[in-house]
Amino acid sequence: MSIRKTKIGRRAFIKNTSLAGGGLILGFSILNSCSTEKEKSMAVKEMPEEWFEMNAYLKIGDNGLVTIMAPNPEFGQGVITAMPMIVADELDVNWQDVIVEQANFNAEDYGWQFTGGSQGIRRRWEGLRLAGATAKAMLVAAAAKTWNVPASEISVAEGILTHEQTGKKAGFGELASIAATMEVPEEVPLKNVKDFTIIGTSKKSVENKKIVTGKPLFGLDYQYEGALVAMVEHPPAFGLQLKSYNDESVRAMSGIVDVFKIKTLEDGFKRGYFDTNAFTDLLVIVGKNTWEVMNAKKAMKAEWEPIADSKYLMDQFGTEVEVEVPGGLESTTDHYAKMKEMASRASTVMRQDGDPEKVFRNADNVIERSYSCPFLAHNCMEPMNFFANVTDEGAHLAGPLQAPGLTETTVAARLGIPVEKVEIELTRMGGGFGRRAYGHYAVEAALISQQVKAPVKLIYTREDDMTFGIYRPSYYATYRAALDENNELIAFHVNAGGVPESPLFPNRFPAGTVEHYLAEQWAIKSNITIGAFRAPRSNFMAGAEQAFLDEVAEAAGKDPIDFRLELLEKAKNNPVGEENEYDPDRLAGVLKLVREKSDWDTPKPGVSRGVSAYFCHNSYAAHVLDIVMEGDRPVVQNVVCAIDCGIVINPDAAANMAEGAIIDGVGNAMYGVLSFKDGKPEQTNFDTYRMIRHTEAPKQVEVHFVQNEVDPTGLGEPPFPPVFGALANALYKATGRRYYHQPFNADHSELLG
Amino acid sequence: MANYILNINGKRLEVEVDPSTPLLWVLRDHLKLVGTKFGCGMAQCGACTVHIDDTAVRSCVLPVSSVAESKITNIEGLSADGDHPVQQAWMEVDVPQCGYCQAGQIMTAAALLKQNPNPTEEEIESAMNGNICRCGTYLRIKKAVQIAAGKTS
Repeated sequence: MSIRKTKIGRRAFIKNTSLAGGGLILGFSILNSCSTEKEKSMAVKEMPEEWFEMNAYLKIGDNGLVTIMAPNPEFGQGVITAMPMIVADELDVNWQDVIVEQANFNAEDYGWQFTGGSQGIRRRWEGLRLAGATAKAMLVAAAAKTWNVPASEISVAEGILTHEQTGKKAGFGELASIAATMEVPEEVPLKNVKDFTIIGTSKKSVENKKIVTGKPLFGLDYQYEGALVAMVEHPPAFGLQLKSYNDESVRAMSGIVDVFKIKTLEDGFKRGYFDTNAFTDLLVIVGKNTWEVMNAKKAMKAEWEPIADSKYLMDQFGTEVEVEVPGGLESTTDHYAKMKEMASRASTVMRQDGDPEKVFRNADNVIERSYSCPFLAHNCMEPMNFFANVTDEGAHLAGPLQAPGLTETTVAARLGIPVEKVEIELTRMGGGFGRRAYGHYAVEAALISQQVKAPVKLIYTREDDMTFGIYRPSYYATYRAALDENNELIAFHVNAGGVPESPLFPNRFPAGTVEHYLAEQWAIKSNITIGAFRAPRSNFMAGAEQAFLDEVAEAAGKDPIDFRLELLEKAKNNPVGEENEYDPDRLAGVLKLVREKSDWDTPKPGVSRGVSAYFCHNSYAAHVLDIVMEGDRPVVQNVVCAIDCGIVINPDAAANMAEGAIIDGVGNAMYGVLSFKDGKPEQTNFDTYRMIRHTEAPKQVEVHFVQNEVDPTGLGEPPFPPVFGALANALYKATGRRYYHQPFNADHSELLG
Repeated sequence: MANYILNINGKRLEVEVDPSTPLLWVLRDHLKLVGTKFGCGMAQCGACTVHIDDTAVRSCVLPVSSVAESKITNIEGLSADGDHPVQQAWMEVDVPQCGYCQAGQIMTAAALLKQNPNPTEEEIESAMNGNICRCGTYLRIKKAVQIAAGKTS
């Protein structure tokens, strides 16, 4: 047990006055998620007559039911279940008695409601525990006052307060009205890890029942009386802008209400970090239903013209940056030619240890290899969409957003109203992967509603979604390694860049393990917009680095796991430099666990295995991937995965996310590509953009978590990047060929030579 | 514009729409049955899968004029209370991540089991191949179909 000051999240604990009634319950009871008769019979509580608010995160009903608010937006990572589990555990309530409600955007109560960067659980861990523990302390204080006994003699378990000495007992519901009037304690005890009763046990998603029965959950399902449907038309290519349009025939089409232009961001507007947008001038078609608007959109006649070179200002969380946007119509072939040229030059040195060039000159064996990846589209299954109703009173918005706080700022600025007048409901997201941090579509919906003076639902077609930009960038990296006569790694060099950013992490493994080390980077400007995509930059670097190390280990005649462990031993005992980001023990830990669980040291006939390990987003993941050749088709038979992300809140849901990350990784490594010709994306829907499907998924995935008591770190991203390396290394064993350029199923030799 | 009386989830529902309107948008916009999802609009992803006389079809490319006499079932009509064996298995395996594609996956799986109550692993993969899951829940989907097969056969 540890004592913590409650000032973290204190603002959320101020509202402790009791609320009568409690209002409409919009949330989803665990009662509703019961899948078996047995579970249903266990869930006997009806809705209470009165709710008592303990703090912004939870209220207790007069019958002991507890409503817990899920603060962060949900996009499939499971926080709508996992976050309330943390609160419930410290509260000591029975999970069967918990109702979960998705909080709307409310910075005053919930702070930074951001889904991304694998930071949700990590950043909320202490605050959520305090929310539960504080309410429990207030219930205990209420019992102590009512029974006139010392608070220290009262025990709590599964929603029941007990005073053993006098035999007094009461459920949370009986004391909730008094507890809600108690002082918020200055400090509260938090549980020891061994005393958790809910954290670490697998709970099914509280929204399963709604999902499998097709209840409205997503932004696209949002219903509002009298809402119109809007669609936008953006330029067909990056490097073009709207010149003119003719809406005469379109206006006459059935169901069409209005056609006009909007400007999502005014020229000179200082953009926020997530205001990325190549297409700020849009044509808008508003009508009565989706099909009619879709047809009008197809019939719309517009002329486009080239953009000139331009610049805009961006506020990168307090630092003002000037971003240059070149004109021109870009093509993938030109991107690769330029990247290859840039990679051959000396670049900006980001880290140097020792004298790498001298060591490379005199080394017995130097290995040099280059790797690349294309742009990728996020392709969330639910296309971008948003609801907006802008009136004189303010703006009411609803839809799928990862970073509602930053979108709210832009919406308010663009509508010219104070942020207090912008209200954002957070719907469940049909995927995100980084894409929905960029909320231009919410701003567009707000501007359209303002213009037509009506509630509006903006819907992107799949083609709009795939061709609007905000992609995973295209990257290129060249690695060099020097071995001495004893096959020891004596120098390491990485030179990485991309369009339009570098993917380099200069202080990650193997930095710190080699005396002579050089990390350089470069970038090529582009008008194609990019954005965070599941494990930004890591999603390329991990694959390149781990495939390269496999080749170096082979050249050194060492087992690839032994080779990495030897380097990590050096990083632990005698690290080079002081900036190394990773913990060598924890990185070695996942390698050792995956070695054991995959039985790596016992070769399996007919099975080709690749290993990979990576640190990112504060967590560690290692995979062993098995390929079996069926004719000349490689089949991923099994992937064994070991992850160290500290304490795991909801293990089976966590395993689900890791399984998904692995399948996502295999899919993008094998097939993922978004290419350009004259500024135009060459893939526009799932007929041309190849997504991994059932028959191509690994046949089996086993997920193992390192058991420790470290505070939880990220999980959504860390298992994704190392898949690319494990797959490349297994493919080499299976085919005898090294795969350097993604996607692996395409032959890029004509581009890269 | 034309008038249609559709047989959807056991009810007769009347709509007045353009005959070319895909069934998907009739369900979503006109009947507010939003359980059926829009994913691609060209029968490539399976998010819009519904049953027409017990066969899985992509409602995003199916004009309403072609289904007027058929028995249409969408996810909201698959069972009265979410207790279809496939829905039960989906919850038991805790299949969904984001959940957006799952209505389509469930409808494809339910149609498969109707025609083939004991599919092999390969038959499941092949029948489900037209349904994309961006979150990568394919292995859990397969497991849930196997569990449901045990209960329906």
